[in-house]
Amino acid sequence: MPSMLQDTGFDARIGVYVCHCGLNIAGVVDVEAVRESARFLEGVVVVRDNRYTCSEVGQKGIADDIKEFMLNRVVIASCSPRLHEKTFRTLLEKSGLNPHLLEMANIREHCSWVHYDNHEAATEKAKGLVHSSVARARLLQPLSRTKGRVVPEVMVVGGGVAGISASLYLGGMGIKTYLVEREPSIGGHMAMLDKTFPTLDCSLCILSPKMVEVAECENIKVLSYSEIEKVEGQVGDFRVQVRRKPRYVNEEKCVGCGDCVAKCPVKVKDDFNRNMGTRKAIYIPFPQAIPPAYVIDDQNCRYLTQGKCKICQAVCERGAIEYDQTSYVETIEVGAIIVATGFQPYDPRGLPQYGYGRFPNVITSLDFERLICADGPTYGKLKRPGDSQVPKRVAFIQCVGSRSVASGCRGYGLDAETGSSVGATDPKAYCSRVCCMITAKQAFMVKEKYPDAEVYVYYIDMRTAGKGFEEFYQRGRHEGIVFLRGKPGEIEERDDGCLRIISEDLDSGCILDLCFDMVVLAQGLTPPDGLVEFAQKMNLSRSEDGFLMEGHPKLRPAETAIDGIYLAGCVQFPKDIPDSVAQAGAAAAAAAVTCSKESIEIDPLGPVIDEALCIGCKLCEMLCPYGAIKVELTDKGPKAKSIEVACKGCGVCGASCSTRAITMKHYTDSQLTAQAKAILEVV
Amino acid sequence: MLDREPKIVAFLCNWCSYAGADLAGTGRIQYPPNVRVIRVPCSGRVDPLMILKCLQRGADGVLVSGCHPGDCHYIAGNYLARRKFVLLDKLLDFFGIEKGRVHFSWVSAAEGEKFADVVKQVTETVRALGKPTKLVR
Repeated sequence: MPSMLQDTGFDARIGVYVCHCGLNIAGVVDVEAVRESARFLEGVVVVRDNRYTCSEVGQKGIADDIKEFMLNRVVIASCSPRLHEKTFRTLLEKSGLNPHLLEMANIREHCSWVHYDNHEAATEKAKGLVHSSVARARLLQPLSRTKGRVVPEVMVVGGGVAGISASLYLGGMGIKTYLVEREPSIGGHMAMLDKTFPTLDCSLCILSPKMVEVAECENIKVLSYSEIEKVEGQVGDFRVQVRRKPRYVNEEKCVGCGDCVAKCPVKVKDDFNRNMGTRKAIYIPFPQAIPPAYVIDDQNCRYLTQGKCKICQAVCERGAIEYDQTSYVETIEVGAIIVATGFQPYDPRGLPQYGYGRFPNVITSLDFERLICADGPTYGKLKRPGDSQVPKRVAFIQCVGSRSVASGCRGYGLDAETGSSVGATDPKAYCSRVCCMITAKQAFMVKEKYPDAEVYVYYIDMRTAGKGFEEFYQRGRHEGIVFLRGKPGEIEERDDGCLRIISEDLDSGCILDLCFDMVVLAQGLTPPDGLVEFAQKMNLSRSEDGFLMEGHPKLRPAETAIDGIYLAGCVQFPKDIPDSVAQAGAAAAAAAVTCSKESIEIDPLGPVIDEALCIGCKLCEMLCPYGAIKVELTDKGPKAKSIEVACKGCGVCGASCSTRAITMKHYTDSQLTAQAKAILEVV
Repeated sequence: MLDREPKIVAFLCNWCSYAGADLAGTGRIQYPPNVRVIRVPCSGRVDPLMILKCLQRGADGVLVSGCHPGDCHYIAGNYLARRKFVLLDKLLDFFGIEKGRVHFSWVSAAEGEKFADVVKQVTETVRALGKPTKLVR
């Protein structure tokens, strides 16, 4: 039986399979030459090339060879192991071999695709990579995987429409779900919108029933006004520390009567209304908030800042005001995490030529939503902020903060060279996807409310790919909205507060000099505030645009590189509401798959400690990032001991041991140096 | 100036730089074929001795690449790697080995283009240094 031959006591019997991958590899690399160069390497018993090694036929051939030639190691030269390692490990397992006796040489991503201009050098390089893999394969050891437990509960981080939808799917499946939201209420940006495109549904009218459903679902626990502090563990068994910020109002006792608000003497700018209206120091962000409890803003509350007042406590008949609440950390165990922390609207102050922040009548699309909303600071009357007049001429400017190739900013959170943080005001290179339709909707809403108003849209391209989008855009054109191709360079403010835009109309070639009462900047979507730190806490990678990176751009759009952590909504990339909801469904399904397992197999990549060599110097203990190696007193003196469940297999201990007492499983010193040696002998 | 093609061994961490190199492939970004990649779980896994052994066995250059500061999949492995390589740099200097034989870089999973740039730069630097004379067996 092959399994008998796995121990190193037997000589290695290696099968080498070089993949053509159609023409992806064979179009550049001389596959036959690579195959032949491996034929007489030590330990190699059989060499073959396949058109597609991952195909049914290719896999069957390997399985047959394992039996026929009694192979105990397999080397596959094909695509990246990050793509197909799992496929071939499963194949080995089915053929009776330990899955860790597989080694892959990456001759596609690391060779044929990056050297298509030099076939000869690519072939030589492929040979080197295959020889390196064979050298490593000779030294591979069978490893037994350990089983980890699965907590059948999920945490959803972010309570916007994506997080809400994911929670409802999970709750509906009977899976206990924690919905963590940093603001006092769930709802996210969708709760701030007046209407949604292209149906012109009232945004809160369709969102609030879902919010109520969340509150009523017995499987969902909402942790509002809370943030993630720390995440430990692995798939199936995460321990998440959640910081619960004090509301100073008892959520259970508060019935939302509003008596406290009526009497609170402190008025501050209302951030929910984009600082255009005012609210009290005790407040509820919006009437439909979930949980429907008030919250005291401790930066502005007179009692909490100056020690005098307590009026709200005096008027609250339910005794819900609790000034002595403090923030605390709650640790929650879950098997999977869905990240749905949304986006941050682009701050147009990064483009000073448009005067946002200097000219009161230049507003953003989110400001517009609050101004036109019946529940907003102007009760739905579109009054321009400068003088509260209803504008007669309105302009929209597209791609503000999006598609700015000239600025060269990729939006990455930390600048690679300087280490300084890249702010939300730097324009981004990507298209934010939703702004064209937001403007089409808002322009339509102006026309709907004020049919005599003149509405102009300055655009680069109108991107209306989506169900019913193009039809809606054409409807706007028929309603008399003027679409002008060409992005204005600058906005000037005249003495009367009106805004002058000189631009070139690219369709007619004319220079246009127009004045407007109000200008709306279609702000792009950028990664949410604090995503850099959050990604570091979760160990997640970000794409070049600064959003979180998905497991695979095509086939794992709702997963991440970390097993058990999934993505939903705009935190992955800007998307509209239906796409966010759809991704939330995918993430919920993936999380449910994890939770449905009884146990999870964990790769055994920890250290093996040779007690005879260990001198108990504690260097490994000091360096281990996980506290997974501890020096204990034994009858032979102090010796390092590995704590398997805590170990993640980084290998820092192995690279640092002064007496070479530590061997890292699957990445041993001898395996790595054998690889290097083989590489240097071939070239 | 080296009269043959330089041989360069690269140790790439599995989570960032190896994925970055994969992305360079998916994006078909062309770079010099002189680098041979060895995959390690973390840049912190790379023992300075491995680098010395590579030079000893005839590598013209060695590249170690890990996650950006703060982005390490294993919390702090890349910081530990960086500390070790600062010391290694001094040791190499003491041995009389030219600066530019051993390189250390940060390449994230999203930076295919940066990986290609790093390879180009390392290859050119190593090529310009010429034949290694010290430490080679």
